[in-house]
Amino acid sequence: MKYALSLVLGLLVGVCVALVGALYNPLVQKQTLSPLTVTDARTMTLSFSAAAEESIGYTNNGESNTAPYPAKIQQLWEQSIRQSYATATVMRDGRQRVAGIGIKISSASEDTRLLSGQILANSIWYVYLPTQGSFFIEQTENYWHYLREVMIPAYRSGGDAWAGTWLGNMTFGPGALGTSRISGGHGMFEGREMLGVESVAVRTWRVEGGALSADGQLLIELPDVADAEAIQADEQT
Amino acid sequence: MIKTFVFGILLGLAVAVGALYALPPVDQHRESSIISVAPNGGNTEIFHVEVPTDRILVGGSQHAAVPADVMWPEDEILAGVSTELYKLRNAQDAVVGIAARTAAAEENSAVLDWVVHLPARGSLYVSMDSTVAEQGYRIGEIQTGSREFASLSGVVSERWIADTSGESDAPDGRIELAATYVSNQEPVE
Repeated sequence: MKYALSLVLGLLVGVCVALVGALYNPLVQKQTLSPLTVTDARTMTLSFSAAAEESIGYTNNGESNTAPYPAKIQQLWEQSIRQSYATATVMRDGRQRVAGIGIKISSASEDTRLLSGQILANSIWYVYLPTQGSFFIEQTENYWHYLREVMIPAYRSGGDAWAGTWLGNMTFGPGALGTSRISGGHGMFEGREMLGVESVAVRTWRVEGGALSADGQLLIELPDVADAEAIQADEQT
Repeated sequence: MIKTFVFGILLGLAVAVGALYALPPVDQHRESSIISVAPNGGNTEIFHVEVPTDRILVGGSQHAAVPADVMWPEDEILAGVSTELYKLRNAQDAVVGIAARTAAAEENSAVLDWVVHLPARGSLYVSMDSTVAEQGYRIGEIQTGSREFASLSGVVSERWIADTSGESDAPDGRIELAATYVSNQEPVE
């Protein structure tokens, strides 16, 4: 009997050690510097509030930490979309003026690999900027560091909340350097392919309510318009 | 007994690592893709949105908000912009994704874009013509796609079909989106 008991105890200890080891795996490094911060190309920054209650609308399956907003918005309870969320939000330019509208739809990714520190989501953004045009962003996001450094400390704290300043790049791909793929639609972006990075700064996160104070940012590497026009002129001649 | 305990730890480590490696933490539900071959090439797939049943959100200064307490920003720059979020259904009436429709009036033209997100498959970005073609269709071009749709181009038509059943609990109608996909990939020689 005592051998069976020690085997079970050993099993439990082993499982716990493995889970803690996976969670705090030192080989999984956080990418703190966006590859676009060192680019020579022209960039554009759009900011938005990453708190649901500061958006125009936010919805999910109704069972997540973040409650849908406004309260009467339809929830995504159907089986095929219940691991997704959608939000519409105001996009602001570098001077914090309203620049347009952004719609983000995100779903949990089947490529998620817990052993290698990848809690992935497939996300798209549609951004319309009335004086400039529209574009579409395709990206994979990694929530591993967000979970490890914000959400788990909030669950562990007595007040079920986390407060501080957490800044992280959410974009994980599909670009090799952790950049998103952006396709231009209308206006100055028409026909252009660009790169981007989404980052989030969280200040308050609660188990009941999710991110209460958080700002997001889209950094977009713009194609050099002068070069593009020169290439176009070359092709025509 | 110590040896049994140590063996238990090693076994526990192996079981946990094996489970983390082998068990998929995310398994998206898949509905069957209902695709038919178009007469002159490509594949056709039809989606639809039941109105008002599938409306998630409607916002815009010229539209009644859904839900009613949506606060649309009052900034002048967004005066001519409206955006709608819907649940998207396949031909068998099952919800398969989320779609967003954004419309805006510009000086010399109009912008009308759809983005379609199917969690288990990928996403599409479609720019529609601002003019309505004969028979009430509006045609748009697939600008780009992700994952399953990354190697596809094609067109999408949008059509409003009003409900004529006369049933009291029937929806007002449906927005039909018919996508015709053509592969961009070079044929294998």
